[in-house]
Amino acid sequence: MSDEHLHGNSTHDAPPNPYLEKHTTPQQTEALEKRVRTLESLLIKKGLVSAETLDKLVETYENDIGPLNGAKVVARAWANPAYKERLLKDATPAIAELGFSGLQGEHMVVVENTPRVHNMVVCTLCSCYPWPVLGLPPAWFKEAAYRSRSVVDPRGVLRDFGLTLDESVAVKVWDSSAEIRYMVLPERPAGTEGMSEDELVALVSRNSMIGVTKVESPAS
Amino acid sequence: MNGIHDMGGMTCYGSVKPEENEPVFHAEWEKRMFAMTMLGMGQLDTLDGFRHAIERMDPAHYLSSTYYEHWLAALESIVLEKGLLTPEELTSGITTGTRQEAPGPLPPEAVSTVVHGGAPTNRETGRLTPRFKAGDKVRARNLNPTGHTRLPRYVRGKNGVIAHVHGTFVYPDANAHGKGEQPQPLYSVCFDAQELWGPDVSAIDRRYIDLWEDYLDPA
Repeated sequence: MSDEHLHGNSTHDAPPNPYLEKHTTPQQTEALEKRVRTLESLLIKKGLVSAETLDKLVETYENDIGPLNGAKVVARAWANPAYKERLLKDATPAIAELGFSGLQGEHMVVVENTPRVHNMVVCTLCSCYPWPVLGLPPAWFKEAAYRSRSVVDPRGVLRDFGLTLDESVAVKVWDSSAEIRYMVLPERPAGTEGMSEDELVALVSRNSMIGVTKVESPAS
Repeated sequence: MNGIHDMGGMTCYGSVKPEENEPVFHAEWEKRMFAMTMLGMGQLDTLDGFRHAIERMDPAHYLSSTYYEHWLAALESIVLEKGLLTPEELTSGITTGTRQEAPGPLPPEAVSTVVHGGAPTNRETGRLTPRFKAGDKVRARNLNPTGHTRLPRYVRGKNGVIAHVHGTFVYPDANAHGKGEQPQPLYSVCFDAQELWGPDVSAIDRRYIDLWEDYLDPA
């Protein structure tokens, strides 16, 4: 145990804890794989699923649905004030205008970051996440550290992502406890005034739409 | 249920450790687990029932396993509880016959419709007239149900303000337990960070959480 742990823990490194060690030994992974294979074969035999349909669904979320969708929404909002107004007022149809809709995005809300307000999104009870615009969530979004601490110490969590906010900036944390799904509209960075919508898309990171980072200026 | 899944406000799990260039799935079994849950679970249970099956995991196992192992544990529970499979079938992988009442597996061509159509949970039935309006002061009830709920511990008994009326939505506390959808108004409720966490946190920070009407009292 380091001195830091003995003298108060400012960096939030967790103490050694066997419960936080994920099961990743080859034997444990093998056992998991066997259980999953068995369950899949049983569900197929029972007529609930087919292997081809499972493949198709996996392909869809690996290739077609991801944070590029959200980046297009953000870039459109930056480039088009009327679209931005529609997006902030009623996000679900505004997002559908770009062709994005469906599972885990049936009821969307978009919240806007400004120089005075920083929004971030969490799901403390499970891992709810706006799939149609951001794809499936990254592991950290689903793990205990983020889910637990974001609501009590969001500024500390943001520092874990390298973002230190001024005390004068209000932090709003959105806990997705129901079927409403949230996405952050990040601030448009300086130095992007002449850029096209396609160029803007390339700047927008997934994490900025969860609200744990800002969009970097292309100059930096 | 006051379970380990209700994590909001705990500070014992260390710093957040993002993974560089993270893949969508980390292993082949995760892909299979994701897809068979998405396509098979809906024929057996509701999403609320599925979440509750995860919540009923042993807490030590919950913490020491990854996300898709939660899904595996939950789906195994559901196939047993709903009588699709016996424990012997689940262990041996050997089963007899198909499910009589099954509509049959979805064809691959239908995936796009399922994914892009979604499964909205707003309703035009049930309790349609909201008790509260934006700006109303409310207190989250101090409820401790033993079943499924989406009222986390960290807001119970705390005072907030209605930020937005979302409409009438399926009530998970009922729907997870086979009691029907019982739709009722859902609200975005704003809490001052200091109301939830005391004087050591920023006085200008806010938390927004979506709460059903039965979770709230006027304040």
